[in-house]
Amino acid sequence: MSKVFEKSTAFFDTFERKPSLQKTTHYCPGCGHGTLNKIIADQVAELGIQDRTIYVGPVGCGVFIYYYFEGACASAAHGRASAVATGISRANPDAITVSYQGDGDLAAIGTSNAIHAANRGENMIVFFVNNNIYGMTGGQLAPTTLIDQTSTTSPTGRTVKNDGFPLQMAEMIAGLEAPTLVARVGVNNPKNIRQAIKVIKRGLEIQRDKKGYAFIEVLSQCPTNWKKNPVEACEWIDEVVSKQYPFGVFKDIADEGEAVERPCERVEFAAVAEQLGLVDKVDKGDQQIEMPRDEMRFKFAGFGGQGILSLGMMMAQMAMQRDMEVTWLPSYGPEMRGGVANASVVVSKNTIGSPIVDDPNVLVALNRPSLEKFGPLVQADGLIIYNSSLIDQVPPDLKGKAFALPATDLATEAGSAKAANVVVLGFYAKISGMFSLDDLNSFLGETFKKPALVDINLKAVKAGWDAAGETKL
Amino acid sequence: MKKLVKGNEAVVIGALVAGCDAYYGYPITPASEIAHAASEYFLPLGKVFVQAECEIGAINMVFGSASSGLRTMTASSGPGISLKMEGISYLAGAELPCVIVDVQRVGPGLGNIGPEQSDYYQVVKGGGHGDYRAIVLAPASVEETYRMTIEAFDLADKWRTPVFLLTDATLGQMMEPIDVRQEPTQRSEKPWALDTKPESNNNLVTSIYLDFDDMEVHINQLHDKYQQITDSEAKAEVYGADVPDIVLTGYGITGRMLRSAVDLLKDQGINATLVRPQTLWPFPTKVYQQVVKSGVPVLSVELSRGQFVEDVRLSLPGHSVKHYGRVGGNLPGLDELVEQAKLCLEEAKNV
Ligand SMILES: Cc1ncc(C[n+]2csc(CCOP(=O)(O)OP(=O)(O)O)c2C)c(N)n1
Ligand code: SF4
Repeated sequence: MSKVFEKSTAFFDTFERKPSLQKTTHYCPGCGHGTLNKIIADQVAELGIQDRTIYVGPVGCGVFIYYYFEGACASAAHGRASAVATGISRANPDAITVSYQGDGDLAAIGTSNAIHAANRGENMIVFFVNNNIYGMTGGQLAPTTLIDQTSTTSPTGRTVKNDGFPLQMAEMIAGLEAPTLVARVGVNNPKNIRQAIKVIKRGLEIQRDKKGYAFIEVLSQCPTNWKKNPVEACEWIDEVVSKQYPFGVFKDIADEGEAVERPCERVEFAAVAEQLGLVDKVDKGDQQIEMPRDEMRFKFAGFGGQGILSLGMMMAQMAMQRDMEVTWLPSYGPEMRGGVANASVVVSKNTIGSPIVDDPNVLVALNRPSLEKFGPLVQADGLIIYNSSLIDQVPPDLKGKAFALPATDLATEAGSAKAANVVVLGFYAKISGMFSLDDLNSFLGETFKKPALVDINLKAVKAGWDAAGETKL
Repeated sequence: MKKLVKGNEAVVIGALVAGCDAYYGYPITPASEIAHAASEYFLPLGKVFVQAECEIGAINMVFGSASSGLRTMTASSGPGISLKMEGISYLAGAELPCVIVDVQRVGPGLGNIGPEQSDYYQVVKGGGHGDYRAIVLAPASVEETYRMTIEAFDLADKWRTPVFLLTDATLGQMMEPIDVRQEPTQRSEKPWALDTKPESNNNLVTSIYLDFDDMEVHINQLHDKYQQITDSEAKAEVYGADVPDIVLTGYGITGRMLRSAVDLLKDQGINATLVRPQTLWPFPTKVYQQVVKSGVPVLSVELSRGQFVEDVRLSLPGHSVKHYGRVGGNLPGLDELVEQAKLCLEEAKNV
């Protein structure tokens, strides 16, 4: 153990990051923060991990820990140190990541971030400085303030009725699966300090060995806001505070566990391209397609499960492979959950302006509500293909040319009612001349991976193709 | 090679091409596909992906990884962006590069998941506290979403600042082809980063300057930087007639629809020109001043009751700018836009 009065080598010699009085700390006389800082620095130095240690400071009296620790430091927003430390730890798998937080910071505003970092078992050590008060902001009630304890926002003492019970963070965190070490120590007398040193060393060793999450709650005196002199404050911890918050090691499973390795790789483009499936595919961009007009605006509609969105996607995908401009826009959310889905698809030889199709050139309606809703939007020169397997009555107000296609029946014959969308694709390809049967077959072969599915879809597309007969637009 | 993807997926592909190392997010419609794609691609590549406990957690994890020098991003929609705002202010204050995507939905409150452009004030004017700015890029197509995501990472590094990509439910959900290939990206050296090298022991990432004079120096330096960004990074697309009868303006999906409106108006013998800002901060004020001649009516369209139009008006002092907005998740039809343009012309004649 290092000598008590020697400055740790993990501290700066003079506190250059501090604007004034660079020889002294900013803590009040007798404050527990100072003692804790020294123990941490000593142990970091002793373990020889100074270069690897990254400190995250809180908002609270610990905000300026970076004045003292000679190491890479970040200062987090109030309550967020555990989340910031998560980002640092994930980015630096070899770092010793230290999150230093007060009780307002960790047990009030930042509880959620703290609990979840613990629950993920992040490789980090959290020092939770419990002085049962908001020190920096002037002695307000903390979640850890004792029952009956006065503060500037509980002038007549904390009541359970108004403020709830003191929050036992160490016990809460010890109840989680992931944490490796959970303990509560004190820095108010030599005996407690000796124990604190032991536990803190253990916590840092766990970090050195990448063995997950360590949580060390430190009962710390705040003479200033407790309105006590330093000696009284230290005694009060033993006599009163530690009765509410007992000292102890609540959990230590470091010897059982393995090191937790979480990668953070720099990746070359080639690996990205492979991951995205960009390799081994050829663009067929030189083969243009014929279209009835330069820009075709499609609306595909039906109920969820009829493959209406994927029908639109197949159309867009095939057109894209032929170097057309395409857009595909789904209806989504509550509308889809209600059972009716639609996709707007635009295929164009030129840059597409609006992707929204409210005046379709072609409407595919696979169920009756879709035909009723979108049918009237199709103008006289437009085309409607409706699923006559499910629609027996055509609305009287249709202007566009309507084709009855028993898509569901033909698909069922081909092997699955779900292939009704592909029947439509075959039908439309034939009457429009946009794609040949070969195009369709090779596309479906690439799209469906399972041979049985390929077979059904090839049959379905042929059935649609044949149903068109010699009809041309 | 060409890939047909949703706008939301294009964000992730752009991020991968830009060499993004870490993604932190929390699900929200209509932005969730960004998190889906990020988890699908990042984890197998050994990159960092964490679904955070909330948006506040996510943005602070971004703070941590950005502090460590990683190319880092997060994405959300209105309600989540509101939660991120405190963290964004800290990122700006600490001069940390990162990319934040806002796929705008309808507000206020829970609103709905349809498209709107009503996060403009929050994102462009700075929803967080303090005197900061963030670069805001506004794509109008899936391809541009992809390109601008790559650009966003470069700009963030170049200026050490958070960069927003502001899209909306339509752009996020629609599919279009993107052309994916290796792009040259400018990843900066980050000697200030927090890492495990001995040299970084003196590195400090913070936004607090206790001394008032030091703080003033810091804020002034930020604003010197913002001035340089304003002078060099503002961008807009201009499309249509050289000598317009009317100027149409809008960003994102609206700007793209106005492009079609310009074509339709031309068919009817009306010369229109579109100004579509691609950066919302810095705002392309100079472009407006070049394109809009005195006396030419301006119609500004957005999916909001009037936020973007404020910057158009500030760019054209003394000029009358008419606003047209749809809200609630509704997009205007093209015929509607054409009609509004004609109305605007008509009103200008009667003045
Ligand atoms: C979002 C936000 N809310 C409130 C504050 C004000 N504030 C600063 S420190 C603090 C409490 C600090 O108490 P604690 O975490 O117990 O640390 P201590 O000062 O006692 O060490 C508060 C409320 C803030 N900085 N940010
Ligand atoms: S206010 Fe309390 S916690 Fe803060 S420095 Fe002073 S004694 Fe320490």
